[in-house]
Amino acid sequence: MSDDMDMDEGGTIKKFMFVNRKAPYGTVYALEALEVVLISAAFEQDVSMAFVDDGVYQLMKGINTEATELKNFSKTYRALDGYDIEKLYVDQESLAARGLTEDDLLVDVTVMSSAELAAMMADQDVVISH
Amino acid sequence: MKFGILVNEGPYTHQASDTAFKFAQAAIAQGHEVTRVFFYHDGVNNASRLTVPPVDDRHVVNRWAELGEKHGVDLVVCIAAAQRRGLLDDNEAKRQGRDANNIHPAFRISGLGQLVESGIQNDRLVTFGD
Repeated sequence: MSDDMDMDEGGTIKKFMFVNRKAPYGTVYALEALEVVLISAAFEQDVSMAFVDDGVYQLMKGINTEATELKNFSKTYRALDGYDIEKLYVDQESLAARGLTEDDLLVDVTVMSSAELAAMMADQDVVISH
Repeated sequence: MKFGILVNEGPYTHQASDTAFKFAQAAIAQGHEVTRVFFYHDGVNNASRLTVPPVDDRHVVNRWAELGEKHGVDLVVCIAAAQRRGLLDDNEAKRQGRDANNIHPAFRISGLGQLVESGIQNDRLVTFGD
């Protein structure tokens, strides 16, 4: 920690929402976003994740990256509850637009409407979107 | 108000770093404090001291460095994102057995915890990127 950031953070619990909007492969955003989420668990904050637009593909079952030689990080989403990150919200409209249902996803999530998700976002202290 | 900034895109390809810089400048001019700028994803490329833009163009890297030095803004580059993109400071270059370093001395490398901390300690964390 640098000298100018020595404010007391003891007891400060903020609502952090990590919003995932991009497909898991094709760009590095999803992988690197997941790294921030895992680190955030060490700070004892109220952390949630939202999956919207192509971000819903991040949770899809049966992803195989062998042919592309990209690192498959599907299992990391399954490990989130081990980090006490259990609030996973998925946008219903984004799922439907891509022909997906909750059964296609690898972890337990709460599916909600865009309006409900927007209300949830408005209630956060910090929203980090990738 | 205390602001933290997150820059997710590299210089010149994308306007995110320019807009973030202008935002920081304007916030400081209006009496706000910008405590930290965190560079993530391709945003780490904003810290390369070897950047040589054409003489009639803005120098994105030096501009950040000057802002940081003049106003005490903590310029932090994500170490993991930097290393996988070939950006190393002197210490890391030695530790990794590399023969060169390229991170501007006005920036420092650190972990993602610094981003989460910036969200906790500042009144606002503002993201610039896609």
